[in-house]
Amino acid sequence: MNTLTTLAENKVCAPRRNWKRLQVLSLLFAAAVLTGPSPAAASDAGVKLDPAPINPTDVASLQSGARTFANYCLNCHSASLMRWNRLMELGLSESQIKDNLMFASDKVGELMTVSMIRKEAKQAFGAVPPDLSVTARARGADWLYSYLRAFYRDPARPSGWNNAVFENVGMPNPLWQLQGERVRVEQAPKGGADKKDGHGPAHPSYKYELVKPGSLSPVQYDETVRDLVNFLVYVAEPAAPSRKLIGTLVLLFLLALLPLVWLLKREFWKDVH
Amino acid sequence: MSDDKQVNNTRRNLVIASCAAGGVAGAAAALPFAASWLPSERTKAGGAPVEVDISKLEPGEIMTVEWRSKPVWIVRRTKEMLEGMTSVESKLSDPASDVPMQPEYAKNATRSIKPEVLVLVGICSHLGCSPQSKPNEAKAEMGADWSGGFLCPCHGSKFDMAGRVYKGAPAPVNMEVPQHVYLSDTRILIGDDKKGA
Amino acid sequence: MAATDKSPVTGTGSVALDGLLTWVDQRFPLISTWKAHLAEYYAPKNFNFWYYFGGLAMLVLGIQIVTGIFLTMNYKPDANLAFASVEYIMREVPGGWIIRYMHSTGASAFFVCVYLHMFRALLYGSHRAPRELIWIFGVLIYLLLMGEAFFGYLLPWGQMSYWGAQVIINLFSAIPLIGPDLSLWIRGDYVVSDATLNRFFALHVIALPLVLCGLVAAHLLALHEVGSNNPDGIEIKKHKDENGIPLDGIPFHPYYTVKDIFGVVVFLFVFAVIVFFAPEMGGYFLEYNNFVPADPLQTPAHIAPVWYFTPYYSILRAVPPLFNSQFPGVVAMGVSVMILFLLPWLDRGAVKSIRYRGTHFKVALTSFVVVFLILGYLGTEPITVWGQFGSWLGNSDRATVASRICTLIYFAFFVLMPWYTKVDKTKPEPDRVTF
Repeated sequence: MNTLTTLAENKVCAPRRNWKRLQVLSLLFAAAVLTGPSPAAASDAGVKLDPAPINPTDVASLQSGARTFANYCLNCHSASLMRWNRLMELGLSESQIKDNLMFASDKVGELMTVSMIRKEAKQAFGAVPPDLSVTARARGADWLYSYLRAFYRDPARPSGWNNAVFENVGMPNPLWQLQGERVRVEQAPKGGADKKDGHGPAHPSYKYELVKPGSLSPVQYDETVRDLVNFLVYVAEPAAPSRKLIGTLVLLFLLALLPLVWLLKREFWKDVH
Repeated sequence: MSDDKQVNNTRRNLVIASCAAGGVAGAAAALPFAASWLPSERTKAGGAPVEVDISKLEPGEIMTVEWRSKPVWIVRRTKEMLEGMTSVESKLSDPASDVPMQPEYAKNATRSIKPEVLVLVGICSHLGCSPQSKPNEAKAEMGADWSGGFLCPCHGSKFDMAGRVYKGAPAPVNMEVPQHVYLSDTRILIGDDKKGA
Repeated sequence: MAATDKSPVTGTGSVALDGLLTWVDQRFPLISTWKAHLAEYYAPKNFNFWYYFGGLAMLVLGIQIVTGIFLTMNYKPDANLAFASVEYIMREVPGGWIIRYMHSTGASAFFVCVYLHMFRALLYGSHRAPRELIWIFGVLIYLLLMGEAFFGYLLPWGQMSYWGAQVIINLFSAIPLIGPDLSLWIRGDYVVSDATLNRFFALHVIALPLVLCGLVAAHLLALHEVGSNNPDGIEIKKHKDENGIPLDGIPFHPYYTVKDIFGVVVFLFVFAVIVFFAPEMGGYFLEYNNFVPADPLQTPAHIAPVWYFTPYYSILRAVPPLFNSQFPGVVAMGVSVMILFLLPWLDRGAVKSIRYRGTHFKVALTSFVVVFLILGYLGTEPITVWGQFGSWLGNSDRATVASRICTLIYFAFFVLMPWYTKVDKTKPEPDRVTF
């Protein structure tokens, strides 16, 4: 016959062939994941997003984000899948939550709902401000971080504001007092109209200028938005820290179990030739 | 060639070790499923303590609030009611409230923190119906020596103005006094002992 | 074993246990079932990596049922409450997030295992006589699994849930004459709505799982009746010893139980990596747009089915409309799945296993896998993902052209199979199994 049968006398199986297949499969798998749809696919495909420099373990950042959220977002938006007392996970006490974050409701065990009436909201903004509980999972942190820093003054819009990441958005800039006011200035496209990039006719390129400074410097504003986005990511999945912790323990356990069951298999398969 | 007993031992030990590890894995895997039956955050929020304002509660009046989906009565007892309570002690199964159907601070003659204010879970200790209020004036129905209390319509258990059960009733023990604390003279927090935030 | 062998039936050491088992065995085929399907079911000794996936698929079925039951304890099948109830499970039910992630990951894991399991059949000819019925039960399981996943995906009531269901059910309205009424009947309403959600819930939670379990049992019974195939594609029952036991056979228990336990631990490791560290899997397992509650008034810019349906979705998209009807595409998609039933009869090869097949079959199978993967990838993206050709090809989308070529190759794999398997220059099969 062939040499495979003689090899089989000494080994139980031919591992080399199978590992190769496993490598190919895992490469395909990784390629699929890396080229997978990104959260921003839901919005403008052409807009370049800034990566959100968030640190989910930074409790101070999360607390700051919670404060910004309660002060600037909860007037119009709800986060009605999130309970106030869950914020105790961020190191806040019940009274801190009640005194500093809760302006409308009074029970710390309640959900973060908003008092704005949907019909009036729709009239005022053209659309009902969406609930923000899981927005960070739908849009992604990078999108939110870019979006909240991309507002500019646009007199053509009913609210007076437009956004470079979400064109013709109905939402006005809630943080304008902090950021200040920016305007968009059109620049000549680089090197003339360029059709070769496959994206159709050349987009005009824009520059954004801060014409009226806000109460925060640009760096401070970016940090504020970073903390807010950090908080929104946390709100979208509050179980994330425990998930990673328990996951580590599970993987360690399985890693320890692996050699044991391998030895068990090998021991029994000594019988098989 | 190999020592038969040796191979068997290794095999047995590996099987035992694997079974033990598998058992641990199984128990760990069962944990989230068992835990999912514990009260959820929504349930716990619904079961949270209830704050009651008794500033408008008149003497002789009963108010009912809901706590954990149960009726809780707050009664501002009159002097006659309090006197009536001492006179019926011989007719009660547990006049000294020995069975712990109340917190320590309510284990007294009036089963309350303030003598004139009764806080009682309005559920009969027999099979869970809600008794009816039978004040002093209901002597025609309840008997000449009735000095006020409650009658459960389901099986006839009788309780006095402190929720203590009469002898001969099917109900075995006194009605429950819930944990409660006075946040001020006119505000009671029901369901919690501690005043802290 | 021990000199004092107590029980004639079970052979365990304990008298009490032996007594109990004997009592049961006199009234229920306990020992005979144990023997026929485990301790004395002789499987070929040369099972390799590809043979893990059947057992793993069964494991995932178990995981889905258990996690599914516990999800049902808190999920609300009401259009107004469903989305929030899933988040309630994720946030407020103790351990709820683990159960949810296991179920969502399990759904995709199920298809990974089933696809690899089916591929094994193609590799080694497990669909060939006398195992045609095993294959047919298997294809039925695959179809029902797709239905189960489709019904289940509506339940979270996100944008992708809603619109994916809307699009797929609308496909039925392309059927001539009865189409629109059929879609109305499936939905129970003029659009996907609460009525649809409730019935999909019932189908997903009990109707299909019940049938699936029955089919899996039938699949295993049919398998055990004939005996397992092996990587060499030869029949081990041809050479038996004096006791009637195949020479190349080993009892499933303990050898394959112990080997499968190892496979299970490896699988659980990968499963846990995903559940705990990448449950969304780049948007493939939990789609980002599904974190937006369903809005009947707002169609998402890009609707795509979940990854395990995308090859067929690509085929659907590849077929151009005929007489303003998308019906040909629907038919092509349907046929592309149903044609699997015919496989045992399309394959005319002289040998079963790819190890002894000639170049024709190897090229065909490789091409099939490649186009399946390409079609699958393209189905996850908008049709413009690869840009357009120039005016020399009518400015058509490159992805459309590619899908069409791949669709043709996909069908050619089956349609031409009677020919290329017959003319294939095969190698002689061995008499006894090789590793």
